[in-house]
Order: sequence, then C-alpha cells, then structure tokens
Amino acid sequence: MNAVNPLPSGERLFISGNEAVARGAWGAGCKVMAAYPGTPATEILEYASRLPEMYSEWSVNEKVSLEICIGASLAGSRALCAMKHVGMNVASDALMTQTLIGVGGGLVIAIADDVGLSSSQNEQDSRFWGRFAHVPVLEPSDAQEAYDLTRFAFDLSEQFDTPVILRMTTRICHVKGVVGTSERRPFNSGVGFKKDPARLVMIPTNAKHRIPLMYQREERLQQYSEGSDLNFFKEGSDKRVGFVTSGPVFMHIQEAYPEAPILKLGMSYPVPMEKIREFASQVEQLVVAEEVEPILEGEIKAAGIQALGKEILPRIGELAPQVLRPAIGRLLGEAPPQEEPAPPRRALADLPEVKVPLPAPGSNLFPRPPTMCVACPHLGIYYCLSKIRNKAISGDIGCYTLGAGHPWNALDTTICMGASMGVAHGLDKGRTDVDKNQKIIAVIGDSTFMHMGMQGLLDITYNKGNVTILLLDNRAVGMTGGQDNPGSGRDIHGEESPRVNFVKLCEALGVKPERIHEVNPYELPTMFKALREEVKVNDTSVIITNQPCVLVDFYAAKPPLRVEDDKCTGCKNCLDVGCPAIYVTRRETVIKPNGKEKELAFVRIESSACTGCNLCPATCGPDAIIPVENFIRQ
Amino acid sequence: MSESKITNILVAGIGGQGVMTAAEVLAQTALAQGYDVKKTEVAGMAQRGGVVTSHVRFGAKVLSPAIPPGEVDILVGFEPAESLRWCTHLRADGVAMVSTTRQEPPVVSLGLFDYPEDPVAQMREAKINMHAFDAGAIAQSLGNFRLVNTVMLGAISEYLPFPPEVLKNVILERFRQRKPKLVAVNEQAFEAGRLAQAEN
Repeated sequence: MNAVNPLPSGERLFISGNEAVARGAWGAGCKVMAAYPGTPATEILEYASRLPEMYSEWSVNEKVSLEICIGASLAGSRALCAMKHVGMNVASDALMTQTLIGVGGGLVIAIADDVGLSSSQNEQDSRFWGRFAHVPVLEPSDAQEAYDLTRFAFDLSEQFDTPVILRMTTRICHVKGVVGTSERRPFNSGVGFKKDPARLVMIPTNAKHRIPLMYQREERLQQYSEGSDLNFFKEGSDKRVGFVTSGPVFMHIQEAYPEAPILKLGMSYPVPMEKIREFASQVEQLVVAEEVEPILEGEIKAAGIQALGKEILPRIGELAPQVLRPAIGRLLGEAPPQEEPAPPRRALADLPEVKVPLPAPGSNLFPRPPTMCVACPHLGIYYCLSKIRNKAISGDIGCYTLGAGHPWNALDTTICMGASMGVAHGLDKGRTDVDKNQKIIAVIGDSTFMHMGMQGLLDITYNKGNVTILLLDNRAVGMTGGQDNPGSGRDIHGEESPRVNFVKLCEALGVKPERIHEVNPYELPTMFKALREEVKVNDTSVIITNQPCVLVDFYAAKPPLRVEDDKCTGCKNCLDVGCPAIYVTRRETVIKPNGKEKELAFVRIESSACTGCNLCPATCGPDAIIPVENFIRQ
Repeated sequence: MSESKITNILVAGIGGQGVMTAAEVLAQTALAQGYDVKKTEVAGMAQRGGVVTSHVRFGAKVLSPAIPPGEVDILVGFEPAESLRWCTHLRADGVAMVSTTRQEPPVVSLGLFDYPEDPVAQMREAKINMHAFDAGAIAQSLGNFRLVNTVMLGAISEYLPFPPEVLKNVILERFRQRKPKLVAVNEQAFEAGRLAQAEN
C-alpha cells in the first residue's frame, strides 16, 4: 500500500475515495473513528490511523464500532464509523434506536456497498437504511466528493441532530482521483456529555416522545434536500432522455452520454421530489439510473412522475457505460452500432447477435480465481478435511472460505459472520435419519470468531451441542489484508495490546478442557489425529490452529523445497494440498493391472515461491520432496 | 492529441507481479504532466493468486474511472494468458505489450482447465497490434525478477503522449527517494524494456 504523508491542508492529492473520507473526517475535526475491516471500506481506518489528533481503532465488529462512535458523539466530539454493506446489518441495532436519540458532536456512518461483489457474500443497497432509520443519505460520485461530503456530513449531522449516512460503492472507495483539500478545522463544541435521560434512555415512555420528533426532523430534512445545491441539474442538449442518478453512476452517464441532461443527487435521501418533478417536465423520458435496487424509482413513480428504471436497467452490478449504452440505445429505438469491416474480436464485443466464424480470442480461457497463498496455514487443514468421510462442514467468512474451491471442496456453507457456529448446531439438531452418522464440523477464523462466533459457541455449549470446531488462528484479519485484531497482540498503530488466549476463552465459554486442542496446522499427522478423534466424540470440541498468516510479519519464510524428478511417481497426492507453488510438468496415462486407466501428473516446485512450510513432504509417498541446497532468496 | 482525448491504459496480471505499482507510476507521471487522472485499484484478491487489473485513464477531464471495452489504448499484460483475457478490450488501433512469462494457476495444475497452448499466437491471429517478449527473463538477467514492471513501463514508453524520459524520470525519482541503490539497475531495466519493444 502507498505510504501516506499527512501533507499540509490545501494540497491537491491523488487519493482514493477511502482515503478522501479519512482526510475529510480529519479535516472536519473528527476526534474518534472506529471500524471493523471489510472490503471495500477497509482503507478508511487504515488511512485514519496515520492522521494525528484523532483516536482510531479496529473494533471487534461493526455494531461495537458504531456504539463507540455514538458514545463519542454524545460526549460532545465528532465521530465517524466505517463499514462495508453487510457490516451495516450488524450495526443496524444501534442505528435504529440512535436515530431517536440524536447526536452531540456530528455522527457520520460511512457505508461502502460492494456493488459488483469484488469480495462479498451478497450485494446490498444501503440507501434503504436512510429510509428505515429516517436519516439523511449523502452519496459522493468520486473521490473529491467523498472528501467534500464527509466534511459537510458532520455539519449536517449537528444542524439537524441526526446521524448521517455517507453511502459509497466499490467504484468510489477503490478509485484514486485528484482531490483538492482545505485547511483542517478543529472542532470544539464547548460542551461535554449532557445528562438527559428522557432523550438518551430509550425505555418505552421516553421513546414514544422521540418518535414524532424524528419524523419532524425528517420533514425539515426533506425541505432542506429540495433546496440543497448538493442536488443539481447538469444541462444537456439531448432531451430525449433525462437521467436521475447518484453516486458513481453520474460519471458513467456523462461518459456514455455527454449531451444528456442529468439531475444529480448528492443528498439522495430525503428525496427532493419537486426537483425531480421539475426535471421530468424538461425531458422527453426520465430514466432513473441507480445502483442497485429500484428504490428511488419506486418513490418517483409513487409521486405520480412517469419514469423508467429497472425495466431497462439491471438490478445487479455496476451501471457502467457498457451497460447503459445498449439499454438506452434500445429505449431510443436505435439500431445496434453499424459494423465496418473489423477484426472479429470487436464484432463480438459490441454485437452478440452477429455471427462470426471464429470465437473471440480468450473467450474460453481458464478462470483464475483467488486461492490460498503458498504455504498458507489453512492448506493443511483443508487437506485433512477433504479426507474425512460423511461430514458436513459449516463455514464462515475469511480466506478459509476458499476451502470450498479446488482441490479441497471441503466447505459446505458460508452465509454471514459467525454463522458457522449456529448453522453447525442447527445441522446437528435438525438432522434427519438420512444423516444419522454425519459428522458436523465448523470452520471459523480468529477474527470472525471474535466478531460474532463467540456467541454461537456459547450457544452450542450451553445447549449441550455436538460440533467439532476448527478455530483457525492466523493472528490477523487475513482476507482484508492482514489487519491487527485482539488475537494479534497489536493495535491499529502496531503497538502492543492485550492478546486473547483462545484456549482460555473457549474454556470460559463452556468447552471442556480435554476437548480443546492447540495444533500446528503444518504438522499433518497431528492435525489428522486430533480431527479424527474429536469427530468421534459426542460433545463440543475446539481444535485451535496456531500458525500466522504468511502475509503478515509474524511469518518467517524457511528455505524452499524441490522435487527430485526421478523419484516423483506422478501420484498427485501433493497436488491435493493445493499449494500454488506446485506445478505440473507433464501428464501421462497408464493402465493399471486391473485394466483401469490412471492419470499421472509429474510435478515440480517453484523454489522462488516456496517458503519451506513442509506440508507437501508429508503427502509424498516416495519422499521425492527435499530441501533446495544453497538457496539464496532474493 | 485533441483536448477531449483520454489515454486509456489497462494494466493486467497476477498478484505479486507489480501490476498496481506500474499503474501507480503511470498515474503519477500523468499527474505530473498536468493531466486529470483516475486509477482503479484492486484490494485483497491481488495477493491470493487472482487476476489483478488496474485501469489508468488520463486526459483533460476524466469522468468514468472504468475503461469501456473497446477503448483501451495500451494493454500492459504481465502474463500471456491474462493478456489474452483482456485483449478484446483494445481499440482497433490499440497496442498490447505482452510479457510471455507464463504462470499457471492451481486449477490448471489440477487438470480442471487447460492453459492455452500459445496465447501470443491467438492474439496475433486476431490481428492484435502487439509486442511480445519475456520481460521476466530480462528482469532476471538484470538480477531481480521484481524489475519486471520497470521493464514493462520502458516497453510502453514509446506509446505514451509524452516523451519516454518523463516516465523514466518518475521511476528513477521514486527509487532515489526510497531505495537509492536500485536507481541504476532500474534505469537499465527501463532501457531494456524500450529495446525489447523496438525489437519485437
């Protein structure tokens, strides 16, 4: 990741939307920032942690991060929490009552929707939260707006006594652009925590009084939105189609249709419906281009304004120019672009109906999905799991989710953070006679466990369940880039922090001491033994693996290995480990004595990639894998 | 170059090859030349053997950050199969700079998919303008595989709308700031890349 220099304000920087949010919050005098890592929002707190005069932390989950920011806000300081879209699901319990309470210092919730699913279990449209919680939603359309709107969000929050949602997408978070910044304004409200139980203690009698206030606030925000220049018309000479849009789609539309009139919503909730009505009267057809759900479209139609939306545009993925052009082209009754004689590859890119004799180059290319790293400590775990019979493996979210792929195919479910625990317990208690002897195994990482798995484990022990749990402690929040957590022993600044003892934690949560094992996942025989024994026991067991993620600094590479060609029998056992440093040199088909065909694959190890974790030698019958002599790592 | 022209560069490869660094250097160079620049980034998946791409767009004003298919001016392909994967996104008069160092993913090693026999030949058959050479071998011959992204940047320098020296100086200045001992070898790598483009 690029080094961050806290340059003096007033500079033009080339930064991503995430960094722009961090700098914008800092520029507005934000004092507290908290988050749990999650693509595409992770970098917001990473950048924030390097900025001075701010408290920033990795929280154990998004609900706690929002609660911390609520506390900071009520204490009289500005606070921002950041999360990916599913993180908001976790934090929503806090938001739904916080909206009744209001704020002290400004409270901003940055939610990053992973539109396009770069790394998520689903797509969600976080603009719904604005409606559900009756709070305003601001949407930047590039990094500059991410900066400007973040700064503004705190002012809006205090002016209207409301939390404010800053809604971003992957295309904002992970795109770097030129951003002009301004001087930092320290925030000194001059007030501290105001004791006001009627407002802050939400028992029914108090809450009942707050609900009408929340609705009145929403009406005032509605008026504000109608008059705000965050919602503006971009003039266009081609009146055949006018677009109502927000977020990065604003840029895509301008790219695809430079002459189109656009109503751009920077404050997309509450909806400035009269502005939309005025705009609709100026164009022939109104198209609502929104990512991803037809939220605005439904509201516009309910207001009696004719519009098109998801009848012509998709409900999944990005509305990039190459998605907009065909859809709008069809709407306008335009013929598909005429083809001059051009190489087949262009024809297929634009006109799927045109028959071309040759397939486009690269059209049947192999996929290259993400996979576990060379020497990943999870490789051995999944190798073992793949060898166990009659099992169901309840999985969770992290690098270890990749165990569902080839060659291991050893993960059966992944739903949401911590679900591995509850789902495993449910698979056991709900089992039918068909699965009488099925072993139930759950796999969860350390960060996921501390996020929401602990509660599930407590449920299992309290209700006397029978699940074998693999707790993969690699001392990092791996998939998002190796951030620190309460298991790594370091805080967000890299300073020493109390480190969770998972053995004691599991014991405290009710697992019997003799059912808890700490295992080095590179030692396959020990791993196998522990697994095989514990799945036979009718009780809850936890097998904790204790080797660090290879991408964090706790990991130390060892001298690499290589394959002795003449000893390799092509048995492919080592390939079942799934390490990307093992390559096939040649394949052969032989006939076995019983007449059946057998596929052999002879292998080599890429020494420049291998870090000598010693997993594959344990799988090699002929002992063909040996250390490389005199190796010097570059 | 007309005022409304945007230069679109697609950098593609696999995690660990320096795709993001190359894209960042290009973006910084364009910025220094006074252009508006947008650059897309990939997080997380890059380090897990997956495909890594970065779109770098620069011009008077850049709107959408993603290069629409068919509008890529320069494809910087760090790996031949990945170059093949993205070559259909090139303009008719675009150019592909392809490093021929193959890297097979586990799904190929496992026999689930085949690695195309000759991705470069497939691209030539499809009339892609291209230069193909083993940038990895050039880097190794200079002593460090990680020089491959400087080699690739040298190779495309002729196609940029500013003199090659501009890009070279940005690269060398980065090393002057962070790792001065590597300035000389990166200059060699850049020039080797230029030579490779001229000769292939």
